[in-house]
Amino acid sequence: MAKSKKTSFLKTPTGINGLDEITNGGFPTGRPILICGSAGCGKTLFAMQFLVKGITEFNEPGVFMSFEETGEDLSQNVRSLGFDLEKLKAEKKLRIDYVRIERSEIEETGEYDLEALFIRLNHAIDAVGAKRVVLDTIESLFGGMQDISLLRSEIRRLFQWLKEKGVTAIITGERGENMLTRQGLEEYISDCVILLDFRVIDQIATRRLRIVKYRGSTHGTNEYPFLIEEDGISVIPVTSLKLDYKASEEIISTGMPALDKSLSGGGLYRGGSTLITGTAGTAKTILAAHFAASSCKRKERVLYFSFEESPDQLVRNMATIGINFKPMIKSGLLHIHASRPSLQGLEMHLLVINKLLASLAPRTVIIDPISSLITIGSNSEVRGMLVRLMDTLKINRINALFTSLTHTGNTEYIDTTVDAVSSLADTWIDLTNEPYKADDRVRSLLIIKARGMGHHNSKQDFTITHKGLQFLQQKA
Amino acid sequence: MAKDQTWELRLYIAGQTPKSILALNNITNYCEEHLDGRYSIEVVDLLKNPQLAEGDQIFAIPTLVRKLPEPIRKIIGDLSNKEKVLVGLNIRPVKS
Repeated sequence: MAKSKKTSFLKTPTGINGLDEITNGGFPTGRPILICGSAGCGKTLFAMQFLVKGITEFNEPGVFMSFEETGEDLSQNVRSLGFDLEKLKAEKKLRIDYVRIERSEIEETGEYDLEALFIRLNHAIDAVGAKRVVLDTIESLFGGMQDISLLRSEIRRLFQWLKEKGVTAIITGERGENMLTRQGLEEYISDCVILLDFRVIDQIATRRLRIVKYRGSTHGTNEYPFLIEEDGISVIPVTSLKLDYKASEEIISTGMPALDKSLSGGGLYRGGSTLITGTAGTAKTILAAHFAASSCKRKERVLYFSFEESPDQLVRNMATIGINFKPMIKSGLLHIHASRPSLQGLEMHLLVINKLLASLAPRTVIIDPISSLITIGSNSEVRGMLVRLMDTLKINRINALFTSLTHTGNTEYIDTTVDAVSSLADTWIDLTNEPYKADDRVRSLLIIKARGMGHHNSKQDFTITHKGLQFLQQKA
Repeated sequence: MAKDQTWELRLYIAGQTPKSILALNNITNYCEEHLDGRYSIEVVDLLKNPQLAEGDQIFAIPTLVRKLPEPIRKIIGDLSNKEKVLVGLNIRPVKS
């Protein structure tokens, strides 16, 4: 949760992961909030999570007034997210009131008002002592009634009434063609307006969120990707690269004594990021595995993302060069997460990574190879994601190592990922296959940069043996 | 329409507002005129019994609900348009 900043009014935590950070603490307490978006963008779930988390995490009872779905349907629809509405209802923490308006059975004649709706809402709020209210979606009234001008003034009165009642209320609205909502609800709710959007780009569906307006509060202005998953909605804040993290003086080993010697510090700085580039078959993964093993040796947990090999295959292959991953996995020091990059969108990958970071709290993270992520997004998106990822790792002082596949030819400067990562990485090591010398296969290693320490400036030939990486002629 | 059919009506109000009083007067007059004793009107004040609003799906005040004969019909407003009310309640068929 975001640190409480000076604000002139109270804020209510949204219960949606990441949203409190963007809104600088949450929704404005005691005011109506408009959430609009086209059909299927997740408005109802969004609102429901606000209520359910309000109850389960902040002990604030809630009322859900539904104009579209029955209480039963709602219960079923959100059960997949782990929300047990029936239980909360039984505990008298939640009340769901389904308002059914069937135009065919209603006639209008003469003057009327919506006082009954107010009474229902008031009754529900008082019954559970609600602090949070959802109206989903009040625009359904427009389909059921003829006197639109009366309806408008009543809706205005309702929002005013909600404010006086002191509840924090989410009002959902369907996206209109030239307006945020079909019925222009944004005219009545001016404190906080959030727009949800659902798009398909390159066959990958992405949901995005934008804060259109938040009176009296600072807020993020970007479009933030959000995801609906098995445990609810999460928003990924696009944190700007804040350069205020602490730099460590501590040196950690790369796991390869020969390589450590090539660096004047005798290793890498803790919490740094390292990029290993190279064409196919230049032993990138082997270097990454050594790095992982050395972290395990220090009893520091490693999270290894393998985008090309299954965990089993990785374990088998590394065993052939003397790295035994099995006991490390068994002791929980090494966690290998393998998945195909194209299975999910970029945001999903980032979210999975963030979640594993939170649940495993690793000290070292390896992404092998980071280049396979570029196959699933446009350049700017990939870059944005990498920046966000590296930022997260930096802030948490996690040692990061990325491998990246480059293509033959004059590689370093043409590749997208290299382009995106290399400027952010603290250390960059490039590997190349050298033409055969005598009968032996020879690879060479070049430290292109190593921030904050001196390093070898020439290409060094190396071989991979059972004892790890060996330079053919270690220079003094 | 069966001669012995009784009309069971329920009028939802919220306090003694002018609209509610007008609605009650109107429906009583129409019933006296056309139903001659074959009707009952129950007045529900939601200020006193707010929990009753949900059952009949009441959102507007005043609302007249025809419970019997079925199906349920609802008329919202002060019932000032007699023709509309009678048609709505199916007390008198639409004039052709």
